[in-house]
Amino acid sequence: MNCADIRKLIHAWADDELDLVRSLEVEQHLKSCPACARERDAIQSLRDALRQNDLTFRAPDLLRMEIRKLAHADEPARDREDAPSGIQLWIWRLLAGGATAFAVLMIFLRLGISGREAMLDEAVSDHVRSLQANHLMDVASTDQHTVKPWFDGKLDFAPTVRDFAAQGFPLIGGRLDYLNGRTVAALVYGYKKHFINVFVWPSATATATAPVLETDRGYSVINFDADGFHYCIVSDAEGKALSELAGLIGR
Amino acid sequence: MPHLDAAYNLARWLAGNDHDAADIVQDASVRAFRFAAQCRGENARAWLLTIVRNTAFTWLKKNRPRAVVSIDDDEMAEIEDTNRAADSFHGADANVLRAALEALPLEFREALVLRELEGCSYKEIAEVAGVPVGTVMSRLARARRQLQNQFARKGRL
Repeated sequence: MNCADIRKLIHAWADDELDLVRSLEVEQHLKSCPACARERDAIQSLRDALRQNDLTFRAPDLLRMEIRKLAHADEPARDREDAPSGIQLWIWRLLAGGATAFAVLMIFLRLGISGREAMLDEAVSDHVRSLQANHLMDVASTDQHTVKPWFDGKLDFAPTVRDFAAQGFPLIGGRLDYLNGRTVAALVYGYKKHFINVFVWPSATATATAPVLETDRGYSVINFDADGFHYCIVSDAEGKALSELAGLIGR
Repeated sequence: MPHLDAAYNLARWLAGNDHDAADIVQDASVRAFRFAAQCRGENARAWLLTIVRNTAFTWLKKNRPRAVVSIDDDEMAEIEDTNRAADSFHGADANVLRAALEALPLEFREALVLRELEGCSYKEIAEVAGVPVGTVMSRLARARRQLQNQFARKGRL
């Protein structure tokens, strides 16, 4: 990365919003570039000044009281006026118990799916960042025999790299990315005017799984397992094109 | 109400004075109570700040249309320009910093206040301001650059 690339990323880096691989690249550059290091110090100095000078306004007590009144005005009046009879009280207790059980159940259900949702979200964010930060590729090559060896020694696995130019998905390059708690290979394919990121890492299951198409923030995402690898395909191209690519990869 | 201080801080920085900020927070609270069912508890603070932000912008457009000049989010020129930028804010005075923040365009001030004073993530700021995360990144970069330039011009440091 050159200084212009770093200047685009240094704020995200200082705000702790950069993925691990790119953070390391920024840090590497900062060690050897006094001009960019000075920029980092300036950002830090400004941040310290803003945080230490107590520029935060606190809500005045009067406003606090008015808001409290608003909150009470919103409750149905009868809740406060009529004291509930014995039987009503028991019905309320039963309902409250049911609601608590329902809430606990919902929490467990959410926990079950949240890992999946988080991964989907992260995959789309990685795709978006790879386009934004002008960092689509570490190795730009249409030759699978150049891209595949590039990953050697950078990953603890060797992803399968194939070019599908004949089928309309030319291989453009590859890079390292960070997804689902590990470093993964990102293969970049073109499709018409779109870019497609294919994230690859060793699969948790030995069996192949059928492609599952989902959408997140307008991006299509396909996940599937094949040949001992997990594949996560992300793009703004239509889902049909992604399914086609998934079919080619899984063949 | 939880997050009332965060709501007030954002409204105060957007409106510029106590009286208008209190009005905006009251309006926003009425809406928040009315639509409380829509908040599914995933991030109550960002949800409330979004309501406060939208209330503030509606209020500003009506009462101070000149304050709401939309900025060009593609313009990145000032980030490259490092010649006239202060690189140390050590010992900067609170009043000077406050005035400098108030001089920033609304969207830049908003991003910086949410990031540095409220500690929001890029994702939260994007949600509150209703823009993509990439725009948040460039707004923060430009906001900081403008503050640096302001300080260098005043020759205070």
